Amino acid sequence: MNLLEVQNLKVHFPVKHGLFSRVAGHVKAVDDVSLTLAPGETLGLVGESGCGKTTLGRAIVRLIEPTAGRILFDGEDITALKGGALRTRRRGFQMIFQDPYSSLNPRMTVGEIIGEAIDIHRLAPDRAAREKRIGELLDAVGLSPLHALRYPHEFSGGQRQRIGIARALAVEPKLIVCDEPVSALDVSVQAQIINLLQDLQRQRGPAYLFVAHDLAVVEHISHRVLVMYLGRVVELASARAIISAPKHPYTQALISAVPVVDPASKRRRIVLPGDVPSPIHPPPGCPFHPRCPVAEARCGSEVPPLREVEPGHFAACHLAK
Amino acid sequence: MPGPLLEIRNLQLDFGRGAKAVRAVDGVSFHIDPGETLCLVGESGCGKSVTALSVARLLPSPPAHYAGGQILLEGQDVLRMDKQQLRRIRGGVVSYVFQEPGASLNPVFRVGHQILESLKLHRPEAAKAEEVVRLLKLVGIPAPESRMRDYPHQMSGGMQQRVMIAMALASRPRLLIADEPTTALDVTIQAQIIELLRDLKQQFGMAMLLITHNLGIVGDIADRLAVMYAGQIVELAPARALLARPLHPYTRALMNSVPELGGSGGRLQAIGGSVPLPGQFPPGCRFYPRCPSARPECADKPPELREVEPGRWVRSFYSL
Amino acid sequence: MAGGLILIVLYVLALLAGFVAPYHYDRQDRDRFFHRPTAIHWEGWRLVVSRYQQRGNQFEYEPVPGDTRPLRFFVKGDAYKLFGLIPSTVHLFGTGSPQHPVYLLGTDQFGRDIFSRLLYGSQISLSIGLVGIALSFSLGMIIGGLAGYCGGAVDNLTMRGCELIMSIPGLYLIMSLRAVFPEKMSSAQVYLLIIVILAFVRWAASARVIRGMALSLRERQFILAARALGQSTWKIVLRHLLPNTFSYVIVAATLSIPYYILGEVVLSFLNVGIQEPEASWGIMLSQAQNTEYLRRYPWLLAPGGAIFLTVLAFNFLGDGLRDAADTKS
Repeated sequence: MNLLEVQNLKVHFPVKHGLFSRVAGHVKAVDDVSLTLAPGETLGLVGESGCGKTTLGRAIVRLIEPTAGRILFDGEDITALKGGALRTRRRGFQMIFQDPYSSLNPRMTVGEIIGEAIDIHRLAPDRAAREKRIGELLDAVGLSPLHALRYPHEFSGGQRQRIGIARALAVEPKLIVCDEPVSALDVSVQAQIINLLQDLQRQRGPAYLFVAHDLAVVEHISHRVLVMYLGRVVELASARAIISAPKHPYTQALISAVPVVDPASKRRRIVLPGDVPSPIHPPPGCPFHPRCPVAEARCGSEVPPLREVEPGHFAACHLAK
Repeated sequence: MPGPLLEIRNLQLDFGRGAKAVRAVDGVSFHIDPGETLCLVGESGCGKSVTALSVARLLPSPPAHYAGGQILLEGQDVLRMDKQQLRRIRGGVVSYVFQEPGASLNPVFRVGHQILESLKLHRPEAAKAEEVVRLLKLVGIPAPESRMRDYPHQMSGGMQQRVMIAMALASRPRLLIADEPTTALDVTIQAQIIELLRDLKQQFGMAMLLITHNLGIVGDIADRLAVMYAGQIVELAPARALLARPLHPYTRALMNSVPELGGSGGRLQAIGGSVPLPGQFPPGCRFYPRCPSARPECADKPPELREVEPGRWVRSFYSL
Repeated sequence: MAGGLILIVLYVLALLAGFVAPYHYDRQDRDRFFHRPTAIHWEGWRLVVSRYQQRGNQFEYEPVPGDTRPLRFFVKGDAYKLFGLIPSTVHLFGTGSPQHPVYLLGTDQFGRDIFSRLLYGSQISLSIGLVGIALSFSLGMIIGGLAGYCGGAVDNLTMRGCELIMSIPGLYLIMSLRAVFPEKMSSAQVYLLIIVILAFVRWAASARVIRGMALSLRERQFILAARALGQSTWKIVLRHLLPNTFSYVIVAATLSIPYYILGEVVLSFLNVGIQEPEASWGIMLSQAQNTEYLRRYPWLLAPGGAIFLTVLAFNFLGDGLRDAADTKS
């Protein structure tokens, strides 16, 4: 059974205008997205700014309220849960944030930060067990148990990110949504955190929803990859297939735009014209058609459905084969 | 004119004075010939940004103090220029493009107005609307006649960066310094901007100093590459040669730690530890604590930058 | 931190008022109305106090040469209760001789030592500030924090309420609230009432600022992380949000203490605050209104000097705290 199932999720933000805050339109941040995630799997969520991947990640853990659609976690519909019921379920899914400098409360010690997670869900019977657990978690992310007494500002960006990971692990979640966890880190530290996340998945088995804009990082860590554009899914396939044989023109352009260090590689870079249109007024038909190098007439009027072009490989393009 | 356009000799930059002085740039030397593009690559805290800002003495002093070295721009030492000379070279000889275009553009003035301001300062005879339109077209902004009346917030990040480039080009600089110009932009926009910079470079024969931490983009645009670590240059070589065969352990480790598209997917070769902050540099070789090829002798004496092969400089006792 | 030092001295003096003051605030010396400050001078190696005698019918006094008594320390004098609990009769200094009183700042129209009254008054004036900020800022933080964090209807309602309170001119609000209560109340009741009224007028302003801070803090990632963990709203506001407003609150609270001191002064000045025979700086100032008196007996303005010094010290302290808080962040 799938750990996570998202069905036709929509997250629309009303745009208020004028003296009486009339609703002038909607920012369709997430527009009819469906996906599944198996236990222990890593699904990469990739796209550029404004594509809705961060909103999707937060909506799945119920930090943002969905406007429509369903979220099924471990077989249970959590879309409309509130209050105490939601709070207990939260143990199952946690989040790691992007900015190591603001994801930890600067006025709490590391031990208090991780301990709060343990306390909320009453995972330690007494003080001694709690301390022991905090120590274990710090050890698991590559820090020392003695670090529990220090404050976040005493640590580097990479170390703070590890603390954030320890906090998420404290409640033993089955799913961790990683929201751009390495984008704000130095290049040499990114590799450490990526390795850590992979090791933890092998040892403890959480599934990851890995949201990022760096395609190379996403491909490296994910089993399957989902590409988003303007709030919609444009392609979904295994990581290998997406890179080696992308079916959607946007994915193709994205891959070709990724900077590659090796100067010997002679790739033809597809440079897309123009900018990403505003999510308040998405183009009719296929959202990508104004910038698409191979767009046809019907792309401007018919919204392409996400269809299975090859076994396990989905693309939302009229022309994909 | 003969000789390099920019020559930095043994630059030493401190922040703070006396006992609290922290040396952010320690003995950096490199040169850029006219029309050449040099990329300065390194991670946060390595001193690349402050080095670039020093070329036009843009750092406020205090707290910045130049403890030694020279910055020769067309033969004249910037560090000894007076205010009037500095104002002439800023924009006139060297122009800047910064990382976050949204923050570098004044939000209360229209975009055209800001480009015009740059023109008025350095090419007053050309300070007209037609020139602004021409510049906007040059950087690839569609419908420039109407776009020049936009305010910065009405434009996307990519467009804003193009406007910044237009402003920088307005004064016809001989050296364009771009500090992380694409870091805040999406990958597809990044590609556009790098291509634009490359085209402009060819069109105008401009020299360029490009600062970045992204090794991927340098391959497309750099003639030569300088890698900085902890306030020093650790490797300096022609771009193609360096990327194909890095000689310094840091450069090599950096390239290995970045995941490649279509790579094997195994464990990444991470560099242990973290980047040392200015003021906390270890004695001896500064990369020693994290170096995979470290040997005990490396901790004693700091290595010099040596030309180990023609045109290839490395700061290491044991280059690979 | 000169402000801090001055304040420490003032508060210590206030605590030990009964001990430091040579006389009880209520003690009347009917022979010596409007006495000028007694000068203390050296005689040989001792400090001595002269006897003064009245000259003519005016309230003017001149020292009698030769008739002096040494200034002694730890003398016995009027009875009082140290800290309000421990009965004692020992005073820091005095002469022990009723003919040689030590009036460092002279006496008022009832012959009461101004210096002593100043010290007793400082107990009220200085503590009002502390209690007042404790009340108004706690209220402001909790209400502002919840309003900012919860948003929506809660936010709307509370902010409109705050604006309502803030739109009424402060002084009139204070006066009206005071008028609701009977005029003659015991001093302790009046004291508490003053604090509550002043705090009630002020909490709304701090609530609005805290609410603004809460609005921006709410989006910080560590708050999101706490929500993701399943932390309750109340605990998030208390443990995560409010502690991160401390750097503002400490400075704002310190800088608003003068408001309470001056508020008490105003109320007592208008005779609806502290009543006779209690001493407070406000009521002492109200008795110094007569310009004729001020011309002849300028030492009656001593409480003004004390208020000035205290308010100045608090402002310096607030500035210093603000600088200290800045460098940390």
